[in-house]
Amino acid sequence: MTFNLTPVLTASWGSDQSWTLGAYERTGGYQALRQALDMEPDALIQLVKDSGLRGRGGAGFPTGMKWGFIPQGDGKPHYLVVNADESEPGTCKDIPLLMANPHVLVEGVLISAYAIRANHAFIYVRGEVLHVIRRLLNAVEEAKAAGYVGNNVLGKGFDVDVTVHIGAGAYICGEETALLESLEGFRGQPRLRPPFPAVEGLYACPTVINNVETISSVPAIVRGGAQWFRSMGTEKSPGFKIFSLSGHVARPGQYEAPLGITLRELLDATGGMRGGHELKFWTPGGSSTPLFTAEHLDVPLDFEGPPQHGSMLGTTALQLFDETTCVVRAVKRWCEFYAHESCGKCTPCREGTFWYVQIYERLENGTATEEDITTLLDLSDNILGRAFCALGDGATSPVTSSIQFFRDEYVAHFEQGGCPFDPVASTVFAGANA
Amino acid sequence: MTADPRVPRQQASSADLPTVTLDPRLGPGAAAIDPLSDDAKQRVRELGAQVMARYPRSRSAMMPLLYLVQAEQGYVSPDGIKLVAEMLGLTTAEVAAVSTFYTMYKRRPCGDYAVGVCTNTLCAILGGDAIFEALKEHLGVGNNGTTADGKVTLEHIECNAACDYAPVMMVNWEFFDNQTVESAKDLVDQLRAGNPPIPTRGAALRTHTETSRVLAGFADGAVGQGPSAGPASLAGVELAKDRNETAPAMGQEAGS
Repeated sequence: MTFNLTPVLTASWGSDQSWTLGAYERTGGYQALRQALDMEPDALIQLVKDSGLRGRGGAGFPTGMKWGFIPQGDGKPHYLVVNADESEPGTCKDIPLLMANPHVLVEGVLISAYAIRANHAFIYVRGEVLHVIRRLLNAVEEAKAAGYVGNNVLGKGFDVDVTVHIGAGAYICGEETALLESLEGFRGQPRLRPPFPAVEGLYACPTVINNVETISSVPAIVRGGAQWFRSMGTEKSPGFKIFSLSGHVARPGQYEAPLGITLRELLDATGGMRGGHELKFWTPGGSSTPLFTAEHLDVPLDFEGPPQHGSMLGTTALQLFDETTCVVRAVKRWCEFYAHESCGKCTPCREGTFWYVQIYERLENGTATEEDITTLLDLSDNILGRAFCALGDGATSPVTSSIQFFRDEYVAHFEQGGCPFDPVASTVFAGANA
Repeated sequence: MTADPRVPRQQASSADLPTVTLDPRLGPGAAAIDPLSDDAKQRVRELGAQVMARYPRSRSAMMPLLYLVQAEQGYVSPDGIKLVAEMLGLTTAEVAAVSTFYTMYKRRPCGDYAVGVCTNTLCAILGGDAIFEALKEHLGVGNNGTTADGKVTLEHIECNAACDYAPVMMVNWEFFDNQTVESAKDLVDQLRAGNPPIPTRGAALRTHTETSRVLAGFADGAVGQGPSAGPASLAGVELAKDRNETAPAMGQEAGS
C-alpha cells in the first residue's frame, strides 16, 4: 500500500472556529443525520456492518456487530454511552478531536442512538481537560438549540437526549464496565461479565459503549457509504484512523491515514526521529500494548498486523523513544502508573502492580539481582489473564516485552550498580541550556 | 443502656497501647469543622436539582454534585459530603466512598492554581521529571504541597492526552504545552505574582475553585477563547496539504 494521508475527522481542525455549529454545518455537518433519519434503524446497523468499522478504542471489535447485539422490542430503555475518557498513556487523539470538532461526535451520537433505538446518550469525558469540556458542552447546547437534540428531531419522530458526564481522574473508568459504575454514581470498578453491557449495561439496560473516534466515524460512513469507507485501509481493517505520533520524533502530531500504514512510512513522511538519533523502542497503541523495536518498522498498523508480532494495535498511540532512553526507567514509570490506577478490586492486579514497582526500584538503585528478572516474569504470568479487567493485562505488556528485547539492559542495572543512562540526554531540552 | 459487648476487656495497662490520633475529618463531628454556609448550600441545592434532572436515576448525579460542593469550598469537605448524601438519600459513607476514589476531588483545601506536571513515561523522559524536580525546589513544596501564600498546589499527574506536546503541564486542567524547566518556573512565578499566563490551548485561567463549576457541567462563557487546535494537532492536516493528499471523494450514492 502506498502511503497517503486521508484527513476526514481531522480535516477541519485548522479552520477558524471549527468547533462551532456554523463551521460544522458549512462543511456538510448534520447532513448525515438527515440521511440517517430517513433510513430504517436496522438499515443503518447493516450499513455500519458493511463498512467494516471496528472499534477505535483499542479492542477493534466490529461496531455494527456490537450494535446488532442490542435486543430489539424488549421494552427496556436502550442507552448509548461514548467513552471519551481517553487516558491510555500515549493516546492523544480524542481530546484534540473534541476540542476542534465536537459536533462530529454529537452527530455520530445522534445517528448511532437512532440506529440502536436509544433515546438517551451519555458522553463520558475525562475531567482533566477543562477547555475540551467547554467545547463539548457547547456543542451539545448548540445541537439542542438547532433541534438536532430533543423531541421529534427534524420532525422525524425521533426523541433523543444527550448528557455530558464528566469524570474525575480515574484511568480505570476507560474500562467500559468501570465507566458504567462511575456513570451510575459509584466507585469506578469493573463489573463481572457476563452479563455484557449489550444485555445489561447502564441501569441494567441494553447499552452500547463506543469510543469517540468510532462514533465520530459514523457520519462519514453514512454520507460516503460502506464502499467509500472500504476504499481506505485493509480488507479486515477498513477505513481511516488517527495515528498519534509522539516522543523523540522530528514532527510529533496527529496523522489521519488508512489503517495498514507502517511506522516506517509515517516516519519517512514526517522527517523521522529527532536529529542525530535512532529509534530504540516504541508502542504501537499505548503503554498497554507490548513494546516494539526498530525491527518492527514494517509491521502494518491495522488490527491484524501487530498481533502477528506479539503486540496489539491498541489506540494507535505511537510513542517513540530513541537510544538515549533507559527502557528500565520507562517501564518503571508505567508500572507506577498502573499501580496508582489499579482500582484495587482484584488481587493479581492490585498486588502485582505494587510488587512491580518495588522490584523496579531495586533495579533503579542497583540492588536488584538476576532473580528479580525471574520474579518479574513470574509475577507477569500471575497477572496476565488472571486479573478482573484489561488493566492488569496491560500492566504486564511493557514489563515482559522490555525483558524480551532488552534483557541486557536490565542486567546492566545490577552489574553497574544503577542506571547507566544520563536522563538529561533524553529530554527535549538536552543541550539547549548546556 | 445495656452493657456494650464491644467495650474492651480489662486492659493490662493503658501505657502498653499505642497512641492513636484520630483524623478530625472522620467521624460524626467532622461536618462541623468547615461547614458550608447557608448560601452555599442553597446554591448547591439549586444547581444540584438541574444536575439530577440530567439523569434517569439521581445517584448518577453523584460526581457533578461533588464538583458543585468543591466549587464552593475548593475541596470536598465533610460537610459537603453530608450535603450530597442528603440530596441523594444516601449515607455519608456511601458518598465518601466515591469522593475518595477519584483524584480530582480534593480532600484538603487546594491553592488557587493546581499545577500538574505530567510525569507519565513519555513526558517524564522528555523533560517532565526534570521540571517536577525543579518546581519542587523552586516552590519549596513536595508532591501535593501548597505554597505558603496559598497560590499554588503542586502535583505530578498522569498522562493528560497531549503527548504530542510533551513535556506537558496543566494549570487548573488547562494545557501548558511544550514546557522547559525555565518556562515552568516562570509559569509558577507569574501565578504567584497574580499575573496568570494564558494557556496554550484554552481559556484565561480561573481559580481552581471556580473551575469546579464547569466540571459539574455548567458553561462559563469562555468556550470561544483559545484556538481550535494547536500546531501538533494540525501536523497531519498540514502535511496532507503539502503532499496534496486527501481522503477519496465521496460518491453521490446515498449511504445504503
